[in-house]
Amino acid sequence: MKKYFLILLFIPNLALANPSHSDNNIDESKATFALHPKKLNWEFEGFFGRFDKASIQRGYQVYKEVCSACHSLKLLSYRNLQDIGFSEAEVKQIASEYLVTDGPNDDGEMFERPALPSDKFASPYPNEQSARSANGGAYPPDLSLIIKARHDGPNYVYSLLNGYVDAPDGFDLANGKNYNPYFEGRQISMPAPINDDGQVEYKDGTIATKEQMIIDVVNFLQYASEPETEHRKKMGVRTMIFLGILLVLLVLAKRAIWKNVK
Amino acid sequence: MSTNNDHKSHINDPKTPNEELQVFHSIHNDIDQSITEKSKIAGWINDRLPIIATLENTLKKHPYPKNLSYWWNFGSIAGICLVIQILSGLFLAMHYVPNTKHAFDSVEHIMRDVNYGWLIRYIHAVGASMFFVALYAHMIRSLYYGSYKAPREVLWWAGIIIFLVTMATAFMGYVLPWGQMSFWGATVITNLFSAIPVIGESIVQWLWGGYSVDNPTLNRFFVLHFLMPFLIVGIVLIHLMALHTAGSNNPSGVPMKSKKDSIPFHPYFTIKDMVGFVAFFLVFGYFLFFYPNALGHPDNYIPANPLVTPAHIVPEWYFLPFYAILRAVPDKLGGVLMMFGAIILLFFLPYLDRSKVRSGAYRPIFRKFFYLFVINFVFLGWLGKSPAEGWYIWASRLTTMYYYAYFLLILPILPRFEKTIPLPDSIDEHYKQKHV
Repeated sequence: MKKYFLILLFIPNLALANPSHSDNNIDESKATFALHPKKLNWEFEGFFGRFDKASIQRGYQVYKEVCSACHSLKLLSYRNLQDIGFSEAEVKQIASEYLVTDGPNDDGEMFERPALPSDKFASPYPNEQSARSANGGAYPPDLSLIIKARHDGPNYVYSLLNGYVDAPDGFDLANGKNYNPYFEGRQISMPAPINDDGQVEYKDGTIATKEQMIIDVVNFLQYASEPETEHRKKMGVRTMIFLGILLVLLVLAKRAIWKNVK
Repeated sequence: MSTNNDHKSHINDPKTPNEELQVFHSIHNDIDQSITEKSKIAGWINDRLPIIATLENTLKKHPYPKNLSYWWNFGSIAGICLVIQILSGLFLAMHYVPNTKHAFDSVEHIMRDVNYGWLIRYIHAVGASMFFVALYAHMIRSLYYGSYKAPREVLWWAGIIIFLVTMATAFMGYVLPWGQMSFWGATVITNLFSAIPVIGESIVQWLWGGYSVDNPTLNRFFVLHFLMPFLIVGIVLIHLMALHTAGSNNPSGVPMKSKKDSIPFHPYFTIKDMVGFVAFFLVFGYFLFFYPNALGHPDNYIPANPLVTPAHIVPEWYFLPFYAILRAVPDKLGGVLMMFGAIILLFFLPYLDRSKVRSGAYRPIFRKFFYLFVINFVFLGWLGKSPAEGWYIWASRLTTMYYYAYFLLILPILPRFEKTIPLPDSIDEHYKQKHV
């Protein structure tokens, strides 16, 4: 019976396994299925995963200067930036660069004021309709949860941003779309957002290669999706060690108690 | 323990379920030690509220078979899962907003702004999966050791009802975060009722509280999701009453014959349950702290959108085998009937299995069919996750057929041909074979 119990442990794994697409597709130029993302080693992964705060800060800069032109980040507040190493004064300064609508005031009027650290990130568009109208009908998704909302999120976002290539000959690319083999259907409305080395000038002096910018922005988005990652894993390691020791003690106690049962 | 060395108890050899119950109760009544007689205070309380005698009965007097294996831990593990779900759910409900406009954001508010909200929510989400791990292990144990057979039919039925109500509760809970899978899962599953002839459409609208899954649906699902765990607690009490009346089955399947076969719950199974809990928490913690979203679907982190259908609508992993049965049948009503039938069938199990021998350990041919059943069930789950196309459809039809054939053909007919292995004379002898 034991070995079948082991099989049971694999139920979730089996259930999660996706039937993989055939790799020897005959006509590559017609293929529309998405490629599996490239696997990278991220510092936040594994039992002892940690945030690379310098990278996350740079990633925030990439988000701010590139992504935020179209993508909102509604679930984050400016005060959250303190978690990734910005000082209170810096956060106040960053927030004050944005205007938010507040009110009504005593005269019943809505008014605009500079954002406070407690405000949520300001969105580029007031609503979905205006976002679509500005982007040829496509709706740039909010990025707050993008890592958790995609299979193999960090690798997917990395591969997608890095994956823009010319469409193969014979591929029927719709007007205004871009070819990206990591996107389901391979036609994506978003043009390659990160193209050239030096597109962002990093404040900490790191050389902004395309690769570096993409890795940094993935680190930032991972933080945005799961701000608790580091705390959770630290707590997890401690809890598992505690439970492991407790289990040994309990097994010994159990043996002692059952010893006299004949 | 005097319990184990006491030879005055009458040796009996129960042949029928009724005799088995008589012997069990006489062993139970033979064990006399009472705090209520020794302590004045305990006696005073007990004369007014028989709580002390009840506890003493459960922990000290009630005879448990001494040969129970670790497979018997999953009942108490499922119990502690229920407690964990109720407690974590209570704290979530203090912050959650059951409204289509706010539900998704209120869950993220819990994840980001509530102190340790992420821990409470992940305990609840991973805990649901762990609850089903415990339930499935508990049921598989019953299937293998014939724990559903007379005189434990009512005990088994109460268990199946717990399983059904837990499934309903889990389904409604998955709708509450109001992500894409919440919305579309709710749409697909509630739509199943439209397969009922004539009144189906009306029933679905009544379930929804409108003409589609919308705010009234979410609001009532929240209310029912809060209520049903307490119903489960009630059925668990009935399950335990039935357990204490019929007594536990055991790995040999042989009925209890004398005091020598038995052992009190405390301290023997208190400590053994603790071992089981902590081992189980290690698995729980592995998912909770390191892969909290591995058992869920990424689409549920996309807010519900009635205008965009996900590429593949899949239920949570613990529903996948039944979802595969649903999709295996080409006809909608047929699929719904087969899916619910797969669980309703379990109610008839005590009468379908004709074998006089309870434990699968003494049934060499049954054992092979049983293992195939377990593999088949896991495979059904995998098919439930796969798209319903090509060979997957035929594979799910074959596996569905085997699921039904196991209960309707193999269990009733096999005992006619099977030569079983000789049983041990008693639980005591079985324990000695294994441990001494």
